[in-house]
Amino acid sequence: MTAKSEKIAIDVHHTASFLTDLLPDICQALGRTILVFLQRVGQLSIFVGKSVMHCFLPPYFPSQIWRQLVDIGYYSLPVVGMTALFTGMVLALQSYTGFTRFNAESAIAAVVVLSVTRELAPVLAGLMVAGRVGAAIAAEIGTMRVTEQIDAMTTLSVNPFKYLIAPRVIAGTLMLPILVLVGDIIGVYGGYVIAIYRLDFSEGSYLSQTWDILETMDVVSGLVKAAVFGFIVAILGCYNGFNSQRGAQGVGAATTNAVVSASIVILLFNYLLTQVFFS
Amino acid sequence: MNSNGKQSKLKLSGVKKHFGKKIVLDGIDLSIEQGKSLVIIGASGTGKSVMLKCVLGLLKPDEGSVMVDGEETTHLRGSERDAFMEKFGMLFQGGALFDSMKVWENVAFGLIHGKGIDRKKAWEVAIEKIVAVGLKPEVGNLYPAELSGGMQKRVSLARAIAKNPEIIFFDEPTTGLDPIMADVINDLIVSSVKGLGATALSITHDMASARKIADYVAMIHQGKIIWHGSVKDLDNSGNEYVDQFIHGRATGPITRRVA
Repeated sequence: MTAKSEKIAIDVHHTASFLTDLLPDICQALGRTILVFLQRVGQLSIFVGKSVMHCFLPPYFPSQIWRQLVDIGYYSLPVVGMTALFTGMVLALQSYTGFTRFNAESAIAAVVVLSVTRELAPVLAGLMVAGRVGAAIAAEIGTMRVTEQIDAMTTLSVNPFKYLIAPRVIAGTLMLPILVLVGDIIGVYGGYVIAIYRLDFSEGSYLSQTWDILETMDVVSGLVKAAVFGFIVAILGCYNGFNSQRGAQGVGAATTNAVVSASIVILLFNYLLTQVFFS
Repeated sequence: MNSNGKQSKLKLSGVKKHFGKKIVLDGIDLSIEQGKSLVIIGASGTGKSVMLKCVLGLLKPDEGSVMVDGEETTHLRGSERDAFMEKFGMLFQGGALFDSMKVWENVAFGLIHGKGIDRKKAWEVAIEKIVAVGLKPEVGNLYPAELSGGMQKRVSLARAIAKNPEIIFFDEPTTGLDPIMADVINDLIVSSVKGLGATALSITHDMASARKIADYVAMIHQGKIIWHGSVKDLDNSGNEYVDQFIHGRATGPITRRVA
């Protein structure tokens, strides 16, 4: 055996023994990560199951449900309305810029109404509400958790799932479709304003093109998506707040996780629901 | 049954609890007679609050039994647990007042939402309890953030006794208060417990408080009850851990790692 091949053999042996030493550590780390992931999924599934069950079982807290309907619905109206308005306006402008290259300006009304009702209003409203409401829910419930207010509630014979979680989940699921319906109208109006006053479309033909292309399913699919997104925002805000770790840092992390996880899950479910409705 | 042949109001047998590899409770055995006040003393991190949460069902013990009026409670869930909680009142260390509600709503919370009493009647009871803990009725219309620490403790006490509970828990009731206000709270605890004929379980580091509110004292160390006796025997316990703790000596069998 030459000196060179001997050196290669030694190197191979060293590499092999290094990998053999490292392999158990890698497997252990991988196993731990998978177990933690499965534990979290299980924990979340149980939380969702309990929350849904408490939405249907008495006692109910109508005053809490009403408060959340106002908080989530009424107070989100400006942010959802503004988002929809500017989205509709931008959509009309961008479509015009692109479609003039193909002499397809007449399709602008269709693009605006379909994009807004099917996709943009539910998704953008979901994301805006995740930022506004999801964060507020996680911060409020998280603070209640770390200051033992949730424990205090339990000692006063009031189930926190019924008093805190169920009203927020019910309000989120009911109010987001209403917000999206308003967003649909405002978004389409935004496109209409730009088309009429900026791009010199005729009022009558723009409106008739909008109505002609629009089908019930376009609006219904958007509203169903909105209900799912509202549920996601409320449940993830509650889950992260309810399981908040101690201290200000714990509440901060819960708030961030609530917004980030809700945003990602909304986008994921948007794809899945679109696949279900339109494939 | 306890050694006097009476049924214990609250009895813990072999209660164990661990978090990860850390064993917090390592077989707690304890019992309290009806109408008596037991104070648990022990250094920070020895499992006092965890024990209290196991009794209340806020944490589930890994092993052991928690019996109230001779009835096993560790298996209770849902509405059974909610109904069982009617027997309990709890004063939390930090008050744990609901900051979005007025003081009277805090005190009446369990009456309105737990017992289903109408708001007007609950308001009357709440004001009665607010006055009973030495506050003016007008305080009922303030929010917890508008109160001093001592006033918050009083409100928390009023909330703990609002449902006329059979067993009241006090988690470090005098922590964070000046000595005079601490003594006022101790007096209120004694008068409230005696007035209701309730059984009391308290945890504290404050020896003046323990001497004032306790009929019996138990010391917890490393997750076990290492001494249990009458408050009169506290100074002659013959237990070096108890001696070190009640005299607040840095040297002795209880060692605290700083780093």
